[in-house]
Amino acid sequence: MVPELFRDPTFWTVALGSSLLGGVAGALGVFAVLRRESLIGDVMSHAALPGLVLAFLITGSRELPPLLLGAALSAGIGALLAVQIPRRSRIKPDAALGLVLSVFFGMGIVGLTVAQQRPTAAQAGLDRFLFGQAATMLRRDVAAIALIALLVLTLLILLWKEWKLLAFDPVFAKACGLPVGALELLLAALMVLTVAIGLPAVGVVLVSALLVAPAAAARQWTDRLERMVVLAGGFGALSGGLGTLMSAEIGRLPTGPLIVLWACGIALLSLLIAPRRGLLRRWYLHRRKSHARPAG
Amino acid sequence: MLAPQVEIMLVAALAGAACALPGAFLLLRRMVLIGDAISHSILLGIVAAFLIVRDLRSPLLLLGAAGAGVLTVGLVDVLLRSGRVKEDTAIGLVFPAMFSLGVVLIARGVGSIHLDLDAVLLGELAFAPFDRLTWGGWDLGPRGAWVMGTLLVLHILFILAFYKELQLTAFDPDLAQVFGFRPAGLHYAWMALTSLTVVAAFDVAGVVLVVAMLVAPSATAYLLTDRLGRMLLGSVGLGVAMAMGGYGLAHAFDVSIAGAMATTGGLLFALAWIGGPRHGWIARRRLAAQRRWRLAQQLLAVHLLSHEGTPAEAEECALAHLPTHLRWKPGFTAAVIQRAEEAGWVIREGECLRLTEAGRQAAREALVEGEWVFLLR
Repeated sequence: MVPELFRDPTFWTVALGSSLLGGVAGALGVFAVLRRESLIGDVMSHAALPGLVLAFLITGSRELPPLLLGAALSAGIGALLAVQIPRRSRIKPDAALGLVLSVFFGMGIVGLTVAQQRPTAAQAGLDRFLFGQAATMLRRDVAAIALIALLVLTLLILLWKEWKLLAFDPVFAKACGLPVGALELLLAALMVLTVAIGLPAVGVVLVSALLVAPAAAARQWTDRLERMVVLAGGFGALSGGLGTLMSAEIGRLPTGPLIVLWACGIALLSLLIAPRRGLLRRWYLHRRKSHARPAG
Repeated sequence: MLAPQVEIMLVAALAGAACALPGAFLLLRRMVLIGDAISHSILLGIVAAFLIVRDLRSPLLLLGAAGAGVLTVGLVDVLLRSGRVKEDTAIGLVFPAMFSLGVVLIARGVGSIHLDLDAVLLGELAFAPFDRLTWGGWDLGPRGAWVMGTLLVLHILFILAFYKELQLTAFDPDLAQVFGFRPAGLHYAWMALTSLTVVAAFDVAGVVLVVAMLVAPSATAYLLTDRLGRMLLGSVGLGVAMAMGGYGLAHAFDVSIAGAMATTGGLLFALAWIGGPRHGWIARRRLAAQRRWRLAQQLLAVHLLSHEGTPAEAEECALAHLPTHLRWKPGFTAAVIQRAEEAGWVIREGECLRLTEAGRQAAREALVEGEWVFLLR
């Protein structure tokens, strides 16, 4: 069974695509987590739905590029609103996030039901964007993911010092004369792109976990940003690969939840066993201390 | 028996009202994202309970779901207290994990009965009239209406019983601690009731759109009033309006009811955000402009006052020289002078501008109010 699967080129295509996706999302997610914006990805993915459906209603085809362009545009608008509402009203950031993601998702659902009224059979595949179906990934989808991965990697390396400052001390970065606003916009644009390419494989509801979980796991193993980014990328890629493998092996299972379960599992394990920050070690030390006290 | 449409509207309106009340407190306590997390993770509770009892009508399902909701809150709390992750990350880890597990269990164990994934995401309000409550052969109406109605009454009773406590913990949890009032018990009781409501609304609106029912009415009401009582009443009204409007839209265009409800909620919020009486965007812009003009008039009055009776008065208060001394553009200066004249603060005397008694008074008040004494140096 397993060797047969490994000889299947389709499987390798899908596994490569999911791993690349996990890697990019993991590496970028580090910045979201460090900037305490873990849930902005959630808003982006939910807000992507109306744009995606609208693009389908306009073009009438299931071709990925226009759909993902629409998705990225509305994800960007959603993220912008989620940031601007708390700045321009008394609504707090958490409420703005919840409001934008649920309302945009509702609009997307309305669009989906409109699309279902179309007599064409093409709309049948739109549902897969809700939970993701990596098995439908084609070679050129993987090429698109690889392209975006390359873009993200290049920008990460080229602007490394800038990202570092942005992650830890945006106020100082501004004082140094860095164009903080433009950098934040660039970071958001990269995240929107990543979320958009993640939609077909992982789905609207769960794609944000790809940003958060690997970064949270990596944070437990190191205090250095470069190591954290590399580790998070690795964890993300590992989750993508393992999730795809399980989905292909067991069948009938949507890929998104499996990838996310692997990523969250790695995060949980890291929280428990990481060498210095691990909770098991802390509990062990705590116990030893309380046992040692009567003797000493 | 009522017409099915009326019954659907009744269930929707009751759900809108019942969600708006816990939503308002989630909003005030900045826990909206916890509500989002709960609405996702209760799926795991429902599926797990179903796998045990194998009966979709069992009340244990509700219990399992509410348990999962409380578990979510507890897990986020544990992660936070461990100090290893921040709040947003804790939430972002817990609910995707629980939701994913729920989806996988559905795909593996439950098959496609009732708990199909579409229902999870969208709810199945349209089927509400088919699920009826009967008692001794009597048809009492749709079960959803009874469930949501009961929860609404429970929320109202809870709020009436603990109004002061809820108010205190909503606006100043630290002060509540200082008073020796420990809200942990109340917190978990309220959290359980909120979870139950989210679970019940899950049937109506599905995972994501429940969040809209929680946050859209309360956020809109929060923009319209500053008083807790009015905000609660307003949230309920807006929740009902959102449900009715959404149903109307869905009926007119034959689209998803839950989706249309969330969209309506978004529209209501947008209206309040732009045109709300005091916290709306237009009102805030207008207020800011008013303040700017008033500040400029005060500056002018203070300038005139500080040079009144000094040898430099003729020079400093000459209409032609005011822009230079105040460092304002001539057009802006003229506009400020005109407004100050209309307010009766200044009068023209030939080439000079002089303060009236009212203007002198205003300048002194401004000096006290803003402690601008340094400007006189």
